[in-house]
Formats: sequence, structure tokens, C-alpha cells
Amino acid sequence: MTAPTTARQLTLPDFDARQDRWQRDYTAQIGEDRRVTNRSGLEIRPLYTPVDWSGERYLNDLGFPGTPPFTRGIYPTMHRGRTWSQRQLVGLGTPEDYNERVRNLLAAGTSAISLIPCNSVFRGEDCDDIPLPLLGTCGTVINSADDMAVSLEGVPVGDISTAMNDPSPFTLLAFLLAVAKRRGVPWQRITGTSNQSDYISHFAANHMFFRLALPGARRIIVDHIAFCREHVPNWNPLSVVGQHMQQAGATPAEAMGLTLSSAIQYAEDCVARGMDVDDVLPRFTFFFDISISFFEEVAKFRAGRRIWARIARDRLGARDPRSWRFKFHAQTSGIDLTAQQPLNNIARVATQAIAGIFGGLQSMHTDAYDEAISCPTEEAARVAVATQNILREEAHLCDVIDPLGGSYYVETLTDQMEAEIEAVIAGIDAAGGMYKAVETGKVQAMLGRSALAAQERIESGAEKVVGVNCYTDDNETVVSPPPYRPDPEAMRAHVERCKAYKAGRNQGEVAKAIDALARAANDETENVFASVVEAAESGVTHGEIVGCLRQEFGFGDPLIVE
Amino acid sequence: MAETRTSPARVLVTKIGLDGHDRGSRIVAAYLRDAGMDVIYTPPWQTIDAVVAQALQEDVDVVGLSSLATDHLIVPDLIAALRKAGLEHVGVVVGGIVPEDEHGMLTGAGVAGIFGPGARRNDIIDAVAALAAKARTARLETLGI
Repeated sequence: MTAPTTARQLTLPDFDARQDRWQRDYTAQIGEDRRVTNRSGLEIRPLYTPVDWSGERYLNDLGFPGTPPFTRGIYPTMHRGRTWSQRQLVGLGTPEDYNERVRNLLAAGTSAISLIPCNSVFRGEDCDDIPLPLLGTCGTVINSADDMAVSLEGVPVGDISTAMNDPSPFTLLAFLLAVAKRRGVPWQRITGTSNQSDYISHFAANHMFFRLALPGARRIIVDHIAFCREHVPNWNPLSVVGQHMQQAGATPAEAMGLTLSSAIQYAEDCVARGMDVDDVLPRFTFFFDISISFFEEVAKFRAGRRIWARIARDRLGARDPRSWRFKFHAQTSGIDLTAQQPLNNIARVATQAIAGIFGGLQSMHTDAYDEAISCPTEEAARVAVATQNILREEAHLCDVIDPLGGSYYVETLTDQMEAEIEAVIAGIDAAGGMYKAVETGKVQAMLGRSALAAQERIESGAEKVVGVNCYTDDNETVVSPPPYRPDPEAMRAHVERCKAYKAGRNQGEVAKAIDALARAANDETENVFASVVEAAESGVTHGEIVGCLRQEFGFGDPLIVE
Repeated sequence: MAETRTSPARVLVTKIGLDGHDRGSRIVAAYLRDAGMDVIYTPPWQTIDAVVAQALQEDVDVVGLSSLATDHLIVPDLIAALRKAGLEHVGVVVGGIVPEDEHGMLTGAGVAGIFGPGARRNDIIDAVAALAAKARTARLETLGI
């Protein structure tokens, strides 16, 4: 934090008098000023000047891009050198539906792909155990290495980065590795991220995912990191997810603080297993929400980078500068989108995206305008990609590195957000670290409180949302687009294929692989994820792998906190 | 039975199906609780059978379902199961994302209210209170009281 500066120190002799004059004019014109606070609860003043931020501590607090503390960006060239990866989340229908959509996105210029599985996959089930109407509405139904092969037909695995929305026990990566092996692509060439590997965030904030009790999930993530380090060295096995926290209600400062606390927990768990911190931290990535609170988000990202550099170096003892770099993917916030007047979401997404770009992200997903209603339709998905193309190609946002750096307001806000975030981390430390804080419900209670407070600000009109609590006149005349729903006949056929696949396998091999998995789960010297990969190669399905581990590790029930 | 009539409305707030996003259901549960109702709140991913069992055991007047990711598509199955268990008097409301195209499917199956994004706190409370009162009357009639 910068120490307060005075006008005298700035050698601006006339400063105080002119400031007083402005203050008089301001008060005379505005009358009683309204109190403005951002989502993290910080009071926002109407004007910031060199008294708030003078640049005296430039080298300490900001420095240059690519050097600690990385406030201005983690690489020397940032977006002027290489723009962010355009990574649109995609997941719908059958593996064939996914394949068609992802090929279209590649043709439209997307530079990295992702895969969202069906909610049934998130819940750890195969499709033959799920009511048909629920299948494939929110993600792709992928239950085996064969399904993965169909999903990635014609996609150059090994040349294109792939993000798997793949919670513990990471069966989708196991299926991907099985497909790579079949195609003769060495695992060293596989790049991408286990995008949902942060079990802590699932347990606290995103109840889509968690399937295994906390201790088992803790064991598997460390096994997964260890396995990838050895066999899939260019894969990012951990993405620490602030997005879940913020979508569940955390303020931007809380989301950043909780995420950094989770990262500390993961790093400490890896070290406890005997790994060198500099072997694992360079492959840590982060994933955040970008809300429409524009400057607050920019400050959140700048402060997060600075704090992480300090934590990695001073607290975790990392010596490799790559360990200090705060690499993150970000997604425009779905909570800010409205089902009312859905085309308005295009403007919201563009605004959020610019905040993310100015915040210095490495990879981005822009939401489609109909995402408050259903999985994106083809047209809406195209507009979302085009939004990124326009911002990157037309708007000259990438010409200058950290273009808001040096703004009196943004630097002051970055300092203030830093203090807020550090207070959250200190609270989690006091609770015994992130694992304990989630186990006892401290984090869940924080999210619940903030979610309710945010909703009350919308109800009271303190927070304006166009089409929701103001400018609602058009709501009657705007027709919502029809939602995306998979073709029921194609889905029925897929379920039948899944059943036939299960019946036609070498059952001896399957039983052997499941048995090996169960034994690994009960033997601390074994790597559970290695057994998941072997099971995937032997034709074991997702539901069977999860079922086995649930039996061994227990099912994680959600903790209900008032 | 006069005592029953004046006791607070009993509402089960829950989620069936696959989705676990519970920000909305938690907020609505808090709204109803703060309005003086007895709220029974469950974690997400309840089975239809589990919801019917809870509705019976807790003697609820209203079941409120939150659906954000197409789980409303199996709400008609839940209503059928409630009827089969003799709970036809229990009111069922759905909150969350229900595309307009699919409203008819729900109301046709007996859903008494659908609260989409932007629904106001007081509108939700009033509707649930009215539905609870109706459910109690209906149950007394069923019992022949």
C-alpha cells in the first residue's frame, strides 16, 4: 500500500487551492452527493488525483510487465505480442453434436477449445441411468474413450489446446489421453487445462460437481498433479476457480481472496507430498469471473497478480519466476446477464470482456447472449466469438500494455482491493486454511451472505439492472429465442449405443481395471489417477470409475449453512 | 384444527434432477423464512421419491422447485408422484429459468406458479402464501372436515 502523499511532496504548489476550488464547484452543482460503493464494499469518490496515487512507489508496486510484482502483466509483451486465447466453452448434445459445433468454432477463428460435459457427467453418472429429457441439455454426454474419439473426430489433438471441464477424478482427461494414444500422438504434445479440478471451489460454491468426500478429493488432485507432471508435462492439471465463488455470491474481492487461499492450500498439499514448489507452481492456472463492475474487475486482476507474486515467492518459497506468474482464464459473468431483453447481453458481455482484457487475462470465454435462457444457440455462439474478434481487431485495445495503469483511480482502487483481498486471506488463514474453512462451512456462509446482500441491492434498486429493475418497458415486446434442446431421437439412440457398448466390452478386462482402481484408492503409495487412465484405456466408463471411487472414498454431501 | 389454520405456511424448497446451482434457491428460502414461513430446505439433486417422502413427513403446503438447467423438464413427473402419494393438495411452484416455450408444459401438468428472473420478493411471498392457504383448504376438504 502506498503511503499517503501530500501536495507539498508532489511539488505542486498550487494544488491545494485548485482542489478546494473544484470541491466548491462540485458541491455547488451536485448538491447532496450520493454514496457510491463498489461490489466489494469500497467507497468510490468522484475524483482521484496525484494525492491518492503519485507514482513514487512505481518500481515497488507496479514495475514493468513480465517482472515482479507483475501488476502490469505477467509477460513483457502482453497482448501487444500475443493476444489471449479465445476459448469458448462448448458442450451440448451427443458427441456428434459437440463435434459439429467445435469444428464450426474452429472454422470461425477460435484458437483453443473446451469441453463441457452434460450435468449427468458432472454428477458422476452414465447416460443410461438418467431421465432422457435431462441429457445433453447443458453439456455433452461423454461416458467413454469411444465417446471422446467421436467428439474429437477431425480435431488436431496435440496441436490445439484443450480445456476439459473435468472435475475429480478427471476421467475426461483420461479419455483424451486414451484417444491420443490410439492416434499415436505422444502425451508430451497434449496441451490444455483441467478446468474444473479445484474441488474446494466445487464443494463451497458450485454444487454441480462434487462427487467424492473431501479427503478423497484432496488425495486425487495431488495424484493428478503428480501424474501430469511426469506423463503429460505440458498439461495444466490445476485451475483454481474464483469464478465459482463469484457466481455463487462472493464479491470480487472475496472471490480473489478465496481463490488465492485455495491456491495456497493446493501448493502446501503438493509440498507435503514431497513435490518441489517450483515444479508445480508454473503449471498452476486460475479461472475468474469478469463482472460488469468494470474498474473493480480491472483492479481485482491487477491486485491478484501482485499478491500472488508475493505469496509464491515469500510465503511458498518459490525461486523460479515462472512460479510467481499469475496465469488466468476468465469468463464474462453469467450472473450479470438477464433473461429479459436478451440481446442487451451482447453489450454487457462486451463491457465485461474489455475489463478482462485491461485486467491482463491470458484466455477468455465470452458468454453468448442467450446463456441466461439455455445452452447457446449457434447464432448466439457466433456473436460471442465475433465480440472477441471485434475487440481484438478493431478497437485497438491491444496496442498498449496495461493501458489503465497509472490512472489515479485505478491505482488507488488496485491498492484498496489488494487490502480487501488480503483481509479475506487472513481470515481464511485464521480458520486454519482453505480446506478447514470449507469443511466447517465458513466459506459457504460468506458466499450466502454476499449473495443475499447482492440480491437485496437489486431489489431495492441500489444496483440498477436494465430490463430488471429499470427500463422494463420493452420486456413485453421482446420475444425470447427458443431454447437449445438436443434432438430426443438422437439422444435415445446414443443411450442405446452406450448400453450396447457396455454389453460388448471385454468384461474380464473391465473388472480387472475396476479392481485395480479400488486397490489404488486404498493404497497411499499408488497414484489413483494413473489407475483412472488405465481404466479409461480398458473401456471402463465414467460412471463406473466414479462409482468405484465413491465406494472407496465416500460421497461428498453438501454442507448446508444458514 | 383451528390451530393448523393459523400456523405458518410450510414450504419445501428443493431442487430435483442434475443441477446444483443453489444461489437462487437459498435466496428464495431466506425470503420465505424471513416472511415467517416454515421453510424446509434441502440440498440439490433430490430424487423425485425423496421429495415426495419429505413432503409427506414434513406435512408441507407448498413445494418450491428451483430449476436453472433444464431440471424443470421432469417436474411433471414429480407432480404425478405427489398425486400418487395422496398429496394432490400440495401446491407446486417453479423458480428459475423456464423458457417461455415450456411454460405450458408445466402449467398443464399442474404447476401453480413460475417465477422467472426479475420476480420480486413480495410477489413470490404473496403467491406462496396464497397457495399455502389454498392447499390447507383443499386438504381439509379431502379429509371431509
